[in-house]
Amino acid sequence: MSAVAPTTTRRPETAPSTPAALAPRAPRTADARRRGLQPGGYLALVLATVVLGAPLVWMVLASLKTPAELYTVPLQWLPGTVNLDNYAQAADSIPLGRLLLNSVGITVVGAGLKVALGLTCAYALVFLDFPFKKVVFGLVIATLMIPPQITIIPNYTLVASLGWLNTYQGILVPGLASAFGTFLFRQHFLTLPRSILEAAELDGAGHWRKLWRFVVPMSTPTLAAVALVSVVTEWNDYLWPFLVVDRPDKMTLPVGLTLLQNTDGMTNWGVLLAATVVVTLPILVVFLVLQRRLVAGLTAGAVTG
Amino acid sequence: MTTVFTPGSPGSSGAPPRASSSPAAADDTSAGSPAADHSATVTSAAEPAARQAGADATTGGPPSGPADREVQALRRSRLGARRRRRNLLWALLLAGPNVLLLLVFVYRPLLQSFYLSTLQWNLGSPVARPVGLGNYVEWFTAPTTGRIVTTTLVFTLATVGGAMVLGLGLALLLNRRLRGRGVARTVAFAPYVLSGFAVGILWLFMFDPRYGLVQELLGWIGVASPQWYTQRPWPLVMIVVVYLWKNLGYVALIYLAGLQSVPQDLKDAAALDGASSARTLRSIVLPLLTPTTFFLLVTMLLASLQSFDIIKAMTQGGPLGSTTTLMYSIYEESFVNGRAGYASAVATVLFLVLLAVTGVQMRFVQRKVHYA
Repeated sequence: MSAVAPTTTRRPETAPSTPAALAPRAPRTADARRRGLQPGGYLALVLATVVLGAPLVWMVLASLKTPAELYTVPLQWLPGTVNLDNYAQAADSIPLGRLLLNSVGITVVGAGLKVALGLTCAYALVFLDFPFKKVVFGLVIATLMIPPQITIIPNYTLVASLGWLNTYQGILVPGLASAFGTFLFRQHFLTLPRSILEAAELDGAGHWRKLWRFVVPMSTPTLAAVALVSVVTEWNDYLWPFLVVDRPDKMTLPVGLTLLQNTDGMTNWGVLLAATVVVTLPILVVFLVLQRRLVAGLTAGAVTG
Repeated sequence: MTTVFTPGSPGSSGAPPRASSSPAAADDTSAGSPAADHSATVTSAAEPAARQAGADATTGGPPSGPADREVQALRRSRLGARRRRRNLLWALLLAGPNVLLLLVFVYRPLLQSFYLSTLQWNLGSPVARPVGLGNYVEWFTAPTTGRIVTTTLVFTLATVGGAMVLGLGLALLLNRRLRGRGVARTVAFAPYVLSGFAVGILWLFMFDPRYGLVQELLGWIGVASPQWYTQRPWPLVMIVVVYLWKNLGYVALIYLAGLQSVPQDLKDAAALDGASSARTLRSIVLPLLTPTTFFLLVTMLLASLQSFDIIKAMTQGGPLGSTTTLMYSIYEESFVNGRAGYASAVATVLFLVLLAVTGVQMRFVQRKVHYA
């Protein structure tokens, strides 16, 4: 309480900074009060972390175990040695390398195109004046409410009639249109200072130049968020590629997992889990390295409404 | 051609011309119509540029007389028309591809799906018989529909309710100043970014009744493992657990953001008044979190109703259809049984349900917007 007195006497000149100065102090006292409850808090925290994290650890451990180590009661917790037999065997059953390549290619191309489409569309919606702009915007936003499930049967027949079954474009093209990205980019563009773009225009910059030299450099956080969310959704996408592709050499990793499940079934957990590690590990690494931006993108809906 | 005359009609002269006159029409009028009429249509388009020039004031000589201004406006009008045409071209170039893709792969299939739902048509078959609302009638009277709707309701309520309650609990825990909470947050959120199908496979192994981790843990507390794969209702319980594990981190993180926006002085004031932390939570924190709760409720509801990957990986809707949700039945009817017309009807039903949820959200948000 005594700490408040000097700040109140100096209120006139420090008025804007007082809340900031007080902010770190208040939680600290509350913190000290709570310290009595800490053991319970830590117990709960450790328990939650272990329960939520155990399945992933268990997956990696199991993928390294021999069948003898997997099928014992009571359970053997750790593999005796680190051996990659399960991975080799998974690569024998399904073309794991090819699937990985397919997944990487489709993810990179798909996410890149999605970002480009969203970026350009949002640029037009914010910085260009053209007839029926509101209608176009409404059309884009309304798609956020259309569940992809209802489009699947007609899209499947269209893709089939184009001869696109078992092709990369068949997997890619129907999902390219970007409503979420356009929306996020638009929200961000509306906050950009107009004066910079007007100055660029006076200097004779065309739209293309304004987009790439001015708007894009000022939008890196949004760009990263949209790109990362697109990467994650492309990589994990299952139902559509599963329907469109049945030839192993065109499959993505999650679809290949189905193939492995059907051939090796539940008889060989080690092999199946090795492939599961291959599917999940790349995204897990992306998540761990770029966590902040990815989480910002995935939770963006909550902030924007 | 009618648009050419609209600028001349007295009624519309005050209205902004952007909506009615296309760039080409504006160009035509500049040749034949009096300048006074034309300048009225143009000033609004040229206004920002004029204001800009006035603000800068250094470029060129500022227009002095009204005649000068007239000439300038005329020049600008031609410039404006060209600019508008160029804008339109750029708009087509920049927004066109995305809009075209949306029309072809979202709106076209949406409409076609409504049409397909009135046909008796098998996937890939050249013959289709129009049956009107026959597919809907069949769905409403089919003996399996009751079971599917019940399963969907149970799955949705369990996943949404469970995720909300557990997610809030986790968020409250992560909101405390504990060392290592960053790690816990990362671990909690990680499953959300993983492939649903892979997660399903991984948990199938966790639930293995003989060699799984779950039966081992149950054994510690002296409970025999149920037959997770085969004995009802355990398969449904299983997919609910997995769905919760995958989505808990998302709910917790959104709640965490909400919790951190609750003003500290409100909580401090409550503490000074002698309120217990449970009371503070109930009377101060939870009411302030209402918008967050509502957002999560709707988001999770929509996601849960559309979940597919986990069910496909773990139970394929079985055993005996006990885990077949509405979404899964659409897949099964169309791509397993090949009844694309009937499946489209079921998809339309699901679509209407989702639309209703979204509609409720929009009304609520509109009413609540100043509250949040």
